[in-house]
Amino acid sequence: MDEAVLFSIRLSLQVAALSTALVVLTGLLLAYLLARKDFRGKELLDVLLTIPLVLPPTVTGYYLIILFGRNGFIGKHIYSLTGWSIMFTWYAAVLASYVVALPLMIKTSRAAIESVDTDLINASYTLGHSESNTAMKVILPLAKRGIVAGAVLSFARAMGEFGATLMLAGDLPGKTDTMPIAIYSLVGSGDWSKAHLMVVLLTVMSGVFLYVANRYSKRII
Amino acid sequence: MGLQVNLQKKVNGFGLAVEWEIDNELAVLFGSSGMGKSMTLQLVAGLMKPDNGRVSLDEKVYFDSSTKTDVPPQDRPFGYVFQNLALFPHMTVIGNIMYGAPLAPKHEKMDRALEMIGAFKLTGLEGRYPHEISGGQKQRVAVARALIRRPRVLLLDEPFSALDRPLRMEMRRFLIEVKKEFNIPVIMVTHDFEEASVIANKVIIYDHGKIAQIGTPDAIRNGPVNGYVQRLVKEDLAEPCNSDNTG
Repeated sequence: MDEAVLFSIRLSLQVAALSTALVVLTGLLLAYLLARKDFRGKELLDVLLTIPLVLPPTVTGYYLIILFGRNGFIGKHIYSLTGWSIMFTWYAAVLASYVVALPLMIKTSRAAIESVDTDLINASYTLGHSESNTAMKVILPLAKRGIVAGAVLSFARAMGEFGATLMLAGDLPGKTDTMPIAIYSLVGSGDWSKAHLMVVLLTVMSGVFLYVANRYSKRII
Repeated sequence: MGLQVNLQKKVNGFGLAVEWEIDNELAVLFGSSGMGKSMTLQLVAGLMKPDNGRVSLDEKVYFDSSTKTDVPPQDRPFGYVFQNLALFPHMTVIGNIMYGAPLAPKHEKMDRALEMIGAFKLTGLEGRYPHEISGGQKQRVAVARALIRRPRVLLLDEPFSALDRPLRMEMRRFLIEVKKEFNIPVIMVTHDFEEASVIANKVIIYDHGKIAQIGTPDAIRNGPVNGYVQRLVKEDLAEPCNSDNTG
């Protein structure tokens, strides 16, 4: 197979896997806080974290440039300290995928954590277990159906991420062209046969992934 | 000495203000539904925080609003059996019981759990999940799980309300045995006076978040302090198999 096509496949999987790992780690913690804790600004935080779900990805990408661009609020400090900017690197594709996939993880996990019977959580406390132990041994195992679903959706969303990635990572062949971006530029340059191959591959990979995830989540529950 | 409880709590327009104490005995919190009995147990166990009051066992204070003492539920030596039993559906019978002894070393945890399995007639069910055992067996698992960490008080929130009559009889005998065996104060919530009079040395009657009367079952039956208590006792005697479990 063409070297460029293989690169895009590898990059897409790499970006989706890394962003999903980050989404699962931070998303679970945020979902737990939103589900089980009361604090000021809780619903505002929920809106902020969830809004990429409804915004056009280009708008999300625009905000990310404002934050992480070389002159961005956070990006300029990183640049002045290290001389490095995340813009137009494959890390930018990870960041973009992370931000658009995170709401899916938070929404599904929060609902799953909230649905765990309070008596079970209280029972764990009266049996001498700390809050963190209760979270690990009672809440997360009982919420795992929603957590697995959230991780699957996040991975699928990261694999398909296009708009925010294009804004932030650009379309650099052999550097930042994930499958969706490579397809876009192949069509633009009229290379229909390669675009066709990539489209079929992306569809088959996503289908197989969802099938395996469904099978697995049925088996573990 | 013993367990001393003084609690005030307002929630959604309902006010609870009660004060009672029990020694090493089997006491029953009795009254109709919605009078604050279950709430009392939650406040004692530290699952809810009183607005004001004090909870102490012998010399040790677990809650005192005047000194801002509030020991978290994990550190209170109170075993708790929930109305719906709250068995962990993803753990086996022995897993549930072992979970009740988080601080014991692993081999000791297993030994103690097996001891409880034997004592509570659960042998052969170790590897079953809660949905695979009967109602009476679930009750025994819940009590064994609450007792494995050797609490100094056992609190039971209407644990038998969902059972049919013969099983309730059996569970009452079982509870009296548990009381004898473990020799700790036991407090049970019920709205079945017959149940209260069969098992309890002391009955604490709740009326809209306040104490109406405290005494032995006989004393209450023979000398109800007011019409409410008289009605409660009579109504219940007329319908001894009260299976309403709305707490």
